[in-house]
Amino acid sequence: MNYYEGIAFFLLLILVLVGAIVIGWLEKPLKWYSLLASLFFAALIFWGNPAGILYLLAFYLWSVALIRIYFTIRVRDGRKEGIYHVFVLLSLIPLVLCKVTPLFHANVFGFIGISYLTFRVVQMIIEIYDGVIKEVSVLEVTAFLAFFPSFSSGPIDRSRRFLADWNRVLPRAEYLELCGKGIWKLLLGAVYKMVIAAGAYKVMGYLDTGTAWYHLVGYAYAYGMYLFFDFAGYSLMAVGSSYILGIETPENFRQPFISKDIREFWDRWHITLSHWFRDFIFTRFVMYSSKKKWFSNRLQRACAGFFVDMGIMGLWHGITPSYILYGLYHGALLAGTETWQKKSKFYKKHKDETWYQVLSWAVTMQMVFFGFFLFSGKLMTIFGLQ
Amino acid sequence: MREEVLNLLAEICEDDAVKEDLQTELFESGLMDSLGFAEFLVELEDQCGVVISPSEVERKDIDTPEKILALVEARR
Repeated sequence: MNYYEGIAFFLLLILVLVGAIVIGWLEKPLKWYSLLASLFFAALIFWGNPAGILYLLAFYLWSVALIRIYFTIRVRDGRKEGIYHVFVLLSLIPLVLCKVTPLFHANVFGFIGISYLTFRVVQMIIEIYDGVIKEVSVLEVTAFLAFFPSFSSGPIDRSRRFLADWNRVLPRAEYLELCGKGIWKLLLGAVYKMVIAAGAYKVMGYLDTGTAWYHLVGYAYAYGMYLFFDFAGYSLMAVGSSYILGIETPENFRQPFISKDIREFWDRWHITLSHWFRDFIFTRFVMYSSKKKWFSNRLQRACAGFFVDMGIMGLWHGITPSYILYGLYHGALLAGTETWQKKSKFYKKHKDETWYQVLSWAVTMQMVFFGFFLFSGKLMTIFGLQ
Repeated sequence: MREEVLNLLAEICEDDAVKEDLQTELFESGLMDSLGFAEFLVELEDQCGVVISPSEVERKDIDTPEKILALVEARR
């Protein structure tokens, strides 16, 4: 069994959510129920995979210990950059092992959800350093990490936001409204993933059989559609299930295909990922490099920031030529867009005119779909690199 | 203090209008973006000694000069 796959999972999901609706309707706390449900699903899904269970437990103990210990040190010693960097690096070790060991034909820490869990752990350590997280309870950290609707692939929630929802009990009318929205999202997500994405996948399979240029172009667009409906569908189901459990997990997609430039695209596509990178990598890189005066002006700083941001995003997807290229490609696009919008008189003069916006949208979409094509690994296959 | 923060904002947004109209929408209007915001935080710490972390506030809580002023005031 896996999260959001197969009849067994969905039947259990419905049972669990019906239970949640009863509790929510009675205006009783949902926190214990959602924690138990999360542990129940983790146990079922990791059952029969002893290595997975061991890695998951090791990851959990390691992360909770780091968060707890760092919190104690932070409270005692205040904002100390050195020790903070050490803890961030320590919290990244499992993920780095998971991504690097496959290159040596091993699979250390390769369990479902590790990529997404790491974001949550690192976010907590960074915010403890910032002094924004003022208390740490092991139980709450566990609830945050284990929360099953977004366990395997996000959306990436933030601990303070999550825990505020987790600890509250909604009045009946408010709960029922949230629950109604949740059911709608769950159903819409199921249609996205099981009907539309599955259809796009069929088209991809058909186009994959030919080698003419129009097969490749068609494949790129079909793959983009598949990627969107598959992942947006999953995300909607995750958000919908969260709502029914009283947690307003943030949305992951907001009509990405109407974006008029690449920056807007990253504000609409895999939003919780790009905003995580914005808040914890891009902004901090820009701030740090600005303090240390690494660059002579804002534009250079921004462009370097985009390459670092998107380069790490590529590596996070996996250490393969396709993903690294995908990251650098988007870094270059963002840096190019920034330079164009800041420097070009032509842009400043025409940016609000309809023809410019239509053209900008059309160009953006071609760049986006070419990016998906890189992401698919197809280009590397064509050149025999993968 | 108020003066300093507003001057800083005007410098980052490259527009003095933000000093006049405290209700100006900063992000939607394109006056401020993630980059400008990052630089604003650095300068704020440098010039006013107020530390605000980037993930601490949501965009909707800081999208006008007035809201930013209130936040800085609360932090002093």
